[in-house]
Amino acid sequence: MSADKLPEHPDFLWRNPEPKSSYDAVIVGGGGHGLATAYYLAQNHGMTNIAVLEKGWLAGGNMARNTTIIRSNYLWDESAAIYEASLKLWEILPEELDYDFLFSQRGVMNLAHTLGDVRESIRRVGANRLNGVDAEWLEPAQVKELCPILNISDNIRYPVLGATYQPRAGIAKHDHVAWAFARKCDQLGVDIIQNCEVTGFLKDGNRVVGVKTNQGTIHTEKVGLCAAGHSSVLAEMAGFRLPIQSHPLQALVSELHEPVHPTVVMSNHVHVYVSQAHKGELVMGAGVDSYNGYGQRGSFHVIEHQMAAAVELFPIFARAHVLRTWGGIVDTTLDASPIVSTTPVDNMFVNCGWGTGGFKGTPGAGLTFAHTIATGTPHALNRPFALERFETGALIDEHGAAAVAH
Amino acid sequence: MLLIPCPHCGPRDETEFHYGGQAHVPYPGNPNELDDRQWAEFLFYRENPKGAFAERWLHSTGCRQWFNMVRDTATYDIQAVYRMGEPRPTTTPPGGGSRATGGPTGPSAAHAGTPASPEGARP
Repeated sequence: MSADKLPEHPDFLWRNPEPKSSYDAVIVGGGGHGLATAYYLAQNHGMTNIAVLEKGWLAGGNMARNTTIIRSNYLWDESAAIYEASLKLWEILPEELDYDFLFSQRGVMNLAHTLGDVRESIRRVGANRLNGVDAEWLEPAQVKELCPILNISDNIRYPVLGATYQPRAGIAKHDHVAWAFARKCDQLGVDIIQNCEVTGFLKDGNRVVGVKTNQGTIHTEKVGLCAAGHSSVLAEMAGFRLPIQSHPLQALVSELHEPVHPTVVMSNHVHVYVSQAHKGELVMGAGVDSYNGYGQRGSFHVIEHQMAAAVELFPIFARAHVLRTWGGIVDTTLDASPIVSTTPVDNMFVNCGWGTGGFKGTPGAGLTFAHTIATGTPHALNRPFALERFETGALIDEHGAAAVAH
Repeated sequence: MLLIPCPHCGPRDETEFHYGGQAHVPYPGNPNELDDRQWAEFLFYRENPKGAFAERWLHSTGCRQWFNMVRDTATYDIQAVYRMGEPRPTTTPPGGGSRATGGPTGPSAAHAGTPASPEGARP
């Protein structure tokens, strides 16, 4: 087929403007969190003279590299509050953004494989219910009923002893989520500027007054950092440190299959989490690679370990073929909770540390970070997630609570 | 998978090792005099560079000894390996830039800059 026979390009969902010389606020990072922040700045706070700067293409970082799991069944009150607020936003966003991004509340199961897991899980179900988060404890037979392809026999290395289940949890189509936010941001007047890499910051004393980029200098009154794995690099440019370590986190998809997997299954103990995308790929995530890395790739033995766990839990997957594997760079904190906070630099704010669980937090991060940027003070939901917690000791230790796989 | 040149045992697969994070973080010499900010720095704040990073590794299933390694966190090239207690050697990444992007990889590059010969250096 020759090029002149190709159909017209569909309408673009956002403009690609040249950066203006100044904005009221600049968001660094055009992923889900940056776009959601810009959307709520414009929608809730009337700040429409703002820009989102993305060094690559829109939503091409972790937004394109996650396993799209959305849930809110965290143990601690602070986490349950922000993730549940986020889940409630997911429930209304398709209508609010006028974009069906295939949010599917097919439930998420967190398997228990040891007596310790069982006790922790039942405790978490109780804590969730007290916080208004839907949660159930399932016995192995109920697990099998909900997800018939799961192997619940007791002759495997880590038998399934039960699971927690959150029916309102699920998955969404990650790129459509980004496009939905981007289109709405654009309609509200936000400039989304791709291929615009931040190379430094302009400061007047301790106050940030501008951003240096490969497309020129942009003056601004406020800067919000939403750069996930590269947050430390930006903070260093701005002259402060973050308690963040960047690690590769790998995931993979199989080729397309008939629908076989009706829900989302996560197993922290054997380090795998699996769902089936709308098109039919099996989507599987692993634990992080142990070493610090910015390479967007990890070591093969991590995938091997994850596949071994997946095949033991889902014997039907043994003949599936891997189509593609990839790595994202996740920004982990030592208490496995995010940082949505003011910074030591005046008028500069940071949203980072979401680690392995940032996708589900996209709307909640955007809502609370926009509030923090617009008013200069935290929203009630992100007040506990300030940088100061590492000095006061008021950590939100979700490591033991939500374990490795977010 | 990384091929890590243990300074005691020579090159081995990454699966034999455990990661220990940033190297050269001494325990405070004056712990009673530290304020909350300084304790936070010691406990929670670590370097997180995109580029050369001095880090600790433990050869758990080999000689079971800790050692230090300078590795580029963007390319994963190993630039130097040295024993605990030795200072961080000055390393020049392949190409001489601040960060290698297309430098050689593999065991030969992994040995560049290694102070003690790792080959056959088994005690």
